[in-house]
Amino acid sequence: MRKAALDCVHELSQSDDRVVFIGSDLGPGVLSKMRAESPERWFMEGVSEQHVIGMAAGLAMEGFIPYVNTIATFLTRRCFEQVAVDLCLHDLPVRLIANGGGGVYAPLGPTHLAIEDISIMRSLPNMTVIAPCDADEMRRLMAVTPDWPHPIYIRLAKGGDPIVSEAKNGFSIGRSITMRGGSDGLFVTTGVMTQVALESAYLLAKEGLQIAVQHVHTVKPMDEEGLLPAIARVRAVVTVEEGIVNGGLGSAILELCSTRDPCSLSKIHRLGIPDVFPKRYGSQQTLLDEWGLTVSGLVTAMRNRIRNGVPDE
Amino acid sequence: MTPMTVLDERSRHLRRLVIDALKGGGRGHLGSSMSMVEILRVLYDDVLRYRPTDPLWAERDRFILSKGHGCLALYALLADKGFFPIDELLGFCRPESRLGGHPERGKVPGVEASTGALGHGLPIGVGIAIALRIKHSRARVVVLTGDGEINEGSNWEAAMSAAKHRLSNLTVLVDYNKLQSYGPTSEVLDLEPLTDKWRAFGFAVKEVDGHDVQQLKVALASLPFEASRPSAIICHTIKGKGFPFAEGNPEWHHKSGLTETDIHAMYDCLK
Repeated sequence: MRKAALDCVHELSQSDDRVVFIGSDLGPGVLSKMRAESPERWFMEGVSEQHVIGMAAGLAMEGFIPYVNTIATFLTRRCFEQVAVDLCLHDLPVRLIANGGGGVYAPLGPTHLAIEDISIMRSLPNMTVIAPCDADEMRRLMAVTPDWPHPIYIRLAKGGDPIVSEAKNGFSIGRSITMRGGSDGLFVTTGVMTQVALESAYLLAKEGLQIAVQHVHTVKPMDEEGLLPAIARVRAVVTVEEGIVNGGLGSAILELCSTRDPCSLSKIHRLGIPDVFPKRYGSQQTLLDEWGLTVSGLVTAMRNRIRNGVPDE
Repeated sequence: MTPMTVLDERSRHLRRLVIDALKGGGRGHLGSSMSMVEILRVLYDDVLRYRPTDPLWAERDRFILSKGHGCLALYALLADKGFFPIDELLGFCRPESRLGGHPERGKVPGVEASTGALGHGLPIGVGIAIALRIKHSRARVVVLTGDGEINEGSNWEAAMSAAKHRLSNLTVLVDYNKLQSYGPTSEVLDLEPLTDKWRAFGFAVKEVDGHDVQQLKVALASLPFEASRPSAIICHTIKGKGFPFAEGNPEWHHKSGLTETDIHAMYDCLK
């Protein structure tokens, strides 16, 4: 997914003189072709994320479209004020490409785990928050980024993620995608949790439960008109995100229903990362298992929600 | 270097405009604004290229007030130059006004960046300077920082970048009034040796009396100081300059609840 994103930056830079790239201190050779072709629009600025965001803002004020790339925690926690003031208050078209959303950097520990990135980016006025589910969808997203007039936070997954998105569904920022229909329950997902939900829905179908999957690649702005009818037509809704439950996708769904469809609130359950810093290392899968963000975790949550009205007992 | 400059009528006039705004808002950063009046005066009278009726003119020089809390002085200059009606100063900080306690891009004609949170102006200035160079523009970027402001590490990240990119179209002015909110910069977080610091970060540096119009003109007329380096000017100033009760007094960094008596006392200082 990261390779797809950076390949797209390179391609966009060839056709659009407004495109510039800023890395902090990335691995050797990143976007070397772009560097060779357009050295005046390629920057490796060092471990200085506060400056990088301000610099990107300055370039955007002058009409450029900066694509900024580094590890997610350093693009969110480290420079939150710069993102809020320099990018969001000025409402500038800067694109933040964030490596390693959720538990990707499990072996590196909690300093590198972007557990709350979606929540805090979502809290900022003017910010757009997008978590594609696979590399193909990333390419479709990147194609529409040059002309989106607001800052965008783009959350990357580990890479090598199974391709489940389809070209026929297209890609519009702010419009969710129905990946699977179903009248009994609904998984509302973002990022690579969409793949987990699709597999879970497949297994639940064998039990006779028809479960829909709505992929919300854009967590903000939320696709209210697409989600409300999908939520209304089922008995149970389970939101699934590889992010902390405080303030993320699930919270956004609850907020939406609290104002537009309060009767649905009681059927919604949130699955995500609990409100604690992870204590273990291992792999991303180690943490997903611990958080219950697995096929068995989703199947159990949905089954119990439908049959007993409780999610995971 | 201790600025002992006597203020001429132009400097007193601009300070009266600042007091007009203070009167309207009943509050403001008096000390922080008065230390930079001559810096802005020389920039807008003699140095910067701009068009008040076309504030986004592509070839304008970009001035960023990074110490956004000094905006009273900036508003005074912008109003004086015709960017907006001078009467608007009286609405400072009022609900319907576009002149807030910190300046905002898009609201106030002539304001390039929304500042107030400190340490943002120089990174933005670096980005603009790079952008102008890509566009082969002759326009220049001038960033005015406070002294307490450069406690923020983001300034030094940006300074390293400015030197790396050899941004000779970028100038940093430091309003070095030696007082930050709590007290002397030498006690809160000493900046010295400040000139050496900027040199070490790759800037060509000069020092001036920041209230001496002639010194400021001479220094700013010689920009860039070197062909392949960003420039920095350490402007030695007095916080609250022109107001004996406020000069060098951290209690006047910011004042709210200003009374008619306070305002009259300020006008009296400028007679």
